Amino acid sequence: MSWFKRKGSNIVTETPKDMPEGVWVKVPVTGETVHRRELEENAWVCPVSGYHFSMDSKGYFDLLFDSQEYTELFSGIVSADPLSFTDRKPYADRLKEMQKKTGLEDAARVAVGKSRRNDMVVACMDFRFIGGSMGSVVGEKIARAIDYAREHKIPLLIISQSGGARMMEGVLSLMQLAKTSAKLAQLSEAGVPFISLMTNPTTGGVTASYAMLGDFNLGEPGALIGFAGPRVIRQTIGRDLPEGFQTAEYLLEHGFLDFIVPRTQLKSRLAKLLNVLNKKYEQPLQD
Amino acid sequence: MNYLDFEKPIADLEKKIEELNAIRIPENDVLRPEIERLQQRVHELRVSIFSNLTPWQRVQLARHPERPYTLDYIYKICEHFSELHGDRKMSDDKAVVGGFATIDGISVMIIGQQKGRDTKSRQYRNFGMSNPEGYRKALRLMKLAEKFDIPVITLLDTPGAFPGLEAEERGQAEAIAENLREMAVLKVPIVTVVIGEGASGGALGIGMGNEVYMMENTWYSVISPESCSSILWKTWEYKEQAAEALKLTAADLMNLKIIDGIIPEPVGGAHRDYDGAAAALKKQLLESLRRLKKMSAQELVDQRIDKYSNMGVVDETGA
Repeated sequence: MSWFKRKGSNIVTETPKDMPEGVWVKVPVTGETVHRRELEENAWVCPVSGYHFSMDSKGYFDLLFDSQEYTELFSGIVSADPLSFTDRKPYADRLKEMQKKTGLEDAARVAVGKSRRNDMVVACMDFRFIGGSMGSVVGEKIARAIDYAREHKIPLLIISQSGGARMMEGVLSLMQLAKTSAKLAQLSEAGVPFISLMTNPTTGGVTASYAMLGDFNLGEPGALIGFAGPRVIRQTIGRDLPEGFQTAEYLLEHGFLDFIVPRTQLKSRLAKLLNVLNKKYEQPLQD
Repeated sequence: MNYLDFEKPIADLEKKIEELNAIRIPENDVLRPEIERLQQRVHELRVSIFSNLTPWQRVQLARHPERPYTLDYIYKICEHFSELHGDRKMSDDKAVVGGFATIDGISVMIIGQQKGRDTKSRQYRNFGMSNPEGYRKALRLMKLAEKFDIPVITLLDTPGAFPGLEAEERGQAEAIAENLREMAVLKVPIVTVVIGEGASGGALGIGMGNEVYMMENTWYSVISPESCSSILWKTWEYKEQAAEALKLTAADLMNLKIIDGIIPEPVGGAHRDYDGAAAALKKQLLESLRRLKKMSAQELVDQRIDKYSNMGVVDETGA
């Protein structure tokens, strides 16, 4: 008999997957197989079970912007490895490998365009790039996206998927929490709407800064959202965590999300909200 | 006295002196100059050991069980301290203390993370790890200070925000995020000092000062060296390397332009001389307060937002 045993069979340790390769894709949790094309055509949501696979920034931009037309902003910013950090391998090498493997510069991209005819700035994180961790580059891009939204008075959507602040940039990563939050304070004063969408997973420093500061906090179904990771909490309290702990549904129940939106409905739900905020349906007042 | 492993040579000598002192030595005995010589040697040894500390040794000093904590400093440097309690929503978090006081007659709101000294008080203070209520209490006190146009001082000393089930349930991340956004636009001066451990978002959650200082033997980073080691090296064994790599000492943060200055500690560390450490802290606080009190509310907010907006190092020449 083993010393440690899981109390329930429904406790699943999930590690977020990249968009899987191969023609047939196995759905975690349910175990069913789905054809890759079917997933691609359904924004990486399993049509049967509704399971949400991780989707990258390009996927979200294509999903949200009308005719998949958008302008990418603030590209060409990469990490300067300010600490000359080395663990088992140099951070500089890790960055190069990641850039080559993913074709991305870092873990966030920003684009502007129209979504259902409403102007929208979208800053989207990429979990594939060092776990979507936030270092100086992510902080700078998010900060510039906020400035752009404020200066042009365009609603801002930030899509988070992140393990938290990036260790390899030490305290500089930590200060990105302060930086992005300070910028959001200015955006808030300017009265420009900010929508935060938390996808699987959104944890650590990203949750403890911009992800939780939306005028509207949204979550994708089943997304893990929290400050500390479940493993750390389990170690601290010395017991198993309740079923569904730190899921989007759990956060909604505890008052930290406005609503949960399936990815396939994201565009229409955002349009519905923005149309009201933009007073699209108001008739001129009669005297 | 509690000695750290690298202080062993000092401990050995001090033990010898103690033994000599225990025997009754006549006025003109040959042992008298010997004791003086040993005491001189202890001083030299201490100066030499403490001028060559490794980052990991600084981390150990920052966690020294006899180190002065927030309330120790408050009682040393403040007059008329009225401690205030509670977040008005849920409870009173004992890991954060704060209240109105004066420093050399200047009215201040002083807030800090508080650790305990013995088993019982450590538990009472939850080892300096606050729940969301601690951050909300701190924010309530800061807003109160803003209302009465009184500057805010925050002292950081935490191994991290508490990673507990209820803490998550009640919005640990939201509480910290809210503080960051609200501190950014607070209309009164904020002076922040790391007096012990500055562990990640848990510390920063009350730490967005117009000016930020670190006591000499403290650390401030995105993660503790142990946790960094366990994640990147997959074992706890590399904490010393992680401490080096993270660049977490006061001198490192000066180089990275994250802090505005280092507050020198007495030789041997703050825990060897509370009065000396408190005097150095007080001197810096007064200097900062006098400077910041001359700025208008708008200037303070602008300066703070600019300061944090400029943090981060990127390469814009393209990938």
